[in-house]
Amino acid sequence: MAALARLQARLSGLREEYFRRNRSVDEDRKIEYKAAIKIQSWFRGCRVRAYLRYLNKRVIFIQKWWRGYQSRRYFRRMVETAYFIMKMNFYNEMAVRIQKRWRGYYVRKYIHNYYALKKYLEAISVNNEIVRNELQEYAEMKEKEEKRKDTEKKEKEKQYQARKMHYLLSTEKIAGVYNSPFRKSPDPMELLLRKSKPLSHRQQQMKSPFAYELYDWPTCKRPPTFSTAQPLPPIGRQKPQGPFRDTAEVLQQRYKPLEPTLRVAASINSPLEKAREEMKKEEWRNCIHDNEFLPFSSYHKNEKYDPSIHRSVKYGQETYGITHFREVQPKKWVADKVSHCIF
Amino acid sequence: NSGVLPLLRPLLLDVVPTIQQTAALALGRLANYNDTLAEAVVKGNILPHLVCSLSEQNRFYKKAAAFVLRAVGKHSPQLAQAIVQCGALEMLVICLEDFDPGVKEAASWALGYIARHNSELSQAVVDAGAVPLLVLCIQEPEIALKRIAASTLSDISKHSPELAQTVVDAGAIAHLAQMILNPDAKLKRQVLSALSQIAKHSVDLAELVVEAEIFPVVLTCLKDSDEYVKKNGATLIREIAKHTPELSQLIVNAGGVAAVIDCIGSCRGTVRLPGIMMLGYVAAHSENLSMAVIVSKGIPPLCACLIEEHEDHIKAAAAWALGQVGRHTPEHARAVAVANVLPTLLAMYMDTRSSEDLQMKATLKSILQKCTYLPALEPLLHDAPPNIMKHIVGQFSKVLPHDSKARRLFVTTGGLKKVQEIKAEPGSLLQEYINTINSCYPEEIVR
Repeated sequence: MAALARLQARLSGLREEYFRRNRSVDEDRKIEYKAAIKIQSWFRGCRVRAYLRYLNKRVIFIQKWWRGYQSRRYFRRMVETAYFIMKMNFYNEMAVRIQKRWRGYYVRKYIHNYYALKKYLEAISVNNEIVRNELQEYAEMKEKEEKRKDTEKKEKEKQYQARKMHYLLSTEKIAGVYNSPFRKSPDPMELLLRKSKPLSHRQQQMKSPFAYELYDWPTCKRPPTFSTAQPLPPIGRQKPQGPFRDTAEVLQQRYKPLEPTLRVAASINSPLEKAREEMKKEEWRNCIHDNEFLPFSSYHKNEKYDPSIHRSVKYGQETYGITHFREVQPKKWVADKVSHCIF
Repeated sequence: NSGVLPLLRPLLLDVVPTIQQTAALALGRLANYNDTLAEAVVKGNILPHLVCSLSEQNRFYKKAAAFVLRAVGKHSPQLAQAIVQCGALEMLVICLEDFDPGVKEAASWALGYIARHNSELSQAVVDAGAVPLLVLCIQEPEIALKRIAASTLSDISKHSPELAQTVVDAGAIAHLAQMILNPDAKLKRQVLSALSQIAKHSVDLAELVVEAEIFPVVLTCLKDSDEYVKKNGATLIREIAKHTPELSQLIVNAGGVAAVIDCIGSCRGTVRLPGIMMLGYVAAHSENLSMAVIVSKGIPPLCACLIEEHEDHIKAAAAWALGQVGRHTPEHARAVAVANVLPTLLAMYMDTRSSEDLQMKATLKSILQKCTYLPALEPLLHDAPPNIMKHIVGQFSKVLPHDSKARRLFVTTGGLKKVQEIKAEPGSLLQEYINTINSCYPEEIVR
C-alpha cells in the first residue's frame, strides 16, 4: 500500500511529467533531428568527397598516361622528321659534291675545252701556214706565167721582124748591118736572120692578131673567134651491092605491128573458161576461212589452258568451295563406328 | 641642141639598113654623153620606133638599138622607167635569145644598166623573163659576154632577197662558181661581185653560195694581181662571214682568215676595207673565233691600217675591228694591248673629229673594260679625258689589290702620283676606285 500511495502521489505529477517529458522530447526532437541530419550529411559528404577524390586520381592517371602517349608520339614524329632532314641534308651535300664534279668535268670537257681549243688554234695556225704557202706558190706561178707570156710575145715579135727584114742578111761579099767586121762574133739578130724564112707576099699583108686583148664595144672591132676545128669528113658510106629492096620498105615490113584476127586473138576455150572463172570467183567470194573441216573432238586438243590470275598465284586458292564445301570432320563421324543402335 | 634629133629620127626609118644602123649609133653616142641629151632622146619619141623595128632587123641594127637603150637608161631611174614603159624590155629579152654574141652582150648590158637603179626596175627586168637567158649567156664561150651577163646578174640581185632568190633559182650559182677559176681579171671581178650580192641578203642564200664549193678556190682570188678582184673577193668572204658563227667557223677552218690578212697587208686604200670588216665580223661572233684571228696574226695588219690610212671610214673600220677582237676576255684585250695600239686609239679619240668619236669611244671602252695588262694601261693614265680615265682607274683598282709586283711598279713609274692628282667628285665611281687604290698602299706613300 505504501507503494500505491507513493504511486498515487506521483500520479498527479505524472501527467505533467509525462507532458513535460514529451515536450522536452519534442523540443529535442527537432534539434536531434537536425543534428542527425547534419551528421549524416557530413558523412555522406565525406563519402562523396572521398569518392570524388578517388575518381580524380583515376582521371589524373588516365590523362597523365594519355598525355604522355601523345607527347611521345609527337616526339617520335619530331625525331623522325629531324632524322629525315638530317639525311636529306646529307644527301644534298653529297649530291652537290657529285654535281660539282660533274659540272666541272662537263664544262671543261665539252663546253670550254681548253686543250681542244688549244689544239684547234694550233691546227688553225698550221692550216694558215699551208694556205699562205699555197697562195704564195700560186701567186709566183701566175707571175712566172705572165713573164713567160711577155717573153714569148717579145720573141714572136722579134721573129716576125726578122722575117720581114730578111733582106738585111749579110752575103758572102758584103757584110750586113748586124754583122760588122769589127765585132768578134755576129750579132744575135744576124743569127736570127740567118735562121728565119723570108715572109711571102700574101702573109705580109696580114695583120698580126693580138689574141689576148678583147674587143670593146663602141669601136666595134671584130672579136677573134677561136679557131674552129675543121669539120670532120663524112664517113665513106658504101652503097650495098645488088638490086636490093629499099631500106625503108624493109624496115617497115620488119617492124610492122601484129594485127591478129579475132579467132586467133580469142583463146580456144574461151566461153567455157569464162564460165569456169565465174564459178571460181563465186567460191572464192563465199569462202569464209581457209581452215579445213576438223571433227569436234579435235578442236580443243592443242589448246593450253590459261588459268586466271586468281588461280595462278602461288598462294593458291582457297580450298573451301573448291575441294570441299562444308566443313567436314571425318573423325567425328559416328556412322561407320556405330554398329548397333544404342537404345 | 642644134636640132639634130628631129633630123636623126626619120633616118631611123630609112630603107637602106646601113643608114638605120649609123643613125642608131649616132643617137646612142649622143645619149651616152649627157643625161639632158638622153632626156631629149626620150622626149623626141624615138624609143618606140627603135623598139618596134628591133624584131625584124639584122644584128648590127639590134646592137645599135640596144646601145641606144643602154645609153639612155644609165643616167637616172626616171629615164630607165621611160624605157621600161615603152615596152623595150621584151625586145631586149628577145635580143638575148639571138645567136650573135654581140647582140646578146649589148642587150644584157642595157638590161644591167636598167636594173641597177632600184628594185622596181630590177623586178621589171626579172618579170620580162631575162634571168634564165642571162644564165645561159654566162655559159657562152665569149668572155665579154660572160662579163656583162655576170655584171647584170649582180645588179639584179643586189636590191632585195627575193630578186636574189630568183637569180639563184635559175641556177646561176653553179655557173658563177665555176667561173671563179677563169684567168680573166675583169670577169672575176664581176663574178665575185655577183656572188657577194647574192650572199649578202640572208643566211640561206649565203649557205647556198658556200655549198657551191667556192672555198678554198676563192682564196686564190685574194692573191690576184688585180686590186678590184682582191676587193671583191674580200667582199664576198665578208658577206658570207657576217651572218652566223657557223659560216665564220667554216671560213676560218678553210684558212680564209690568213688569206684575208695577207690581202690586207698587201693592199692600200679602200681596197682594204672589206677585208678589215670581214675580220671584225668574224671576231665579233665568238671568243674562239676572235682568238683564231689573233692566232693568225691579225692584229699587226689592223694596227698598221689604223696608223697608215688617211681616210676616216677606213680608220673607223679598223678601230671597230680591233674593238671586236679585244672585247671578249682579258686574254684578247691583252693581245690587243701588247700591240701598242691603245695610245694611238686614245690620240685619235681626243683628236676632235665627229664621225669617228662614237666608234673610238665604244672600242676603247670595250677593250679597256677587259684589259688587265697594266704596262699598256700606264701611258694612258697621263693623257686620258675623264670618261676614259674612269675605266682605266677602274681596271687598276681591280688588279692592284692582288698583285704586289704590280703595286711596286705602279709606284715607281709614277702612276700613284698621277692618280693622286686626279680630281674626282666624292661619291662618284672614280673616287671609289681611287680610294681602293690608295688603300692598297701604306699611309706614308700615299702622302
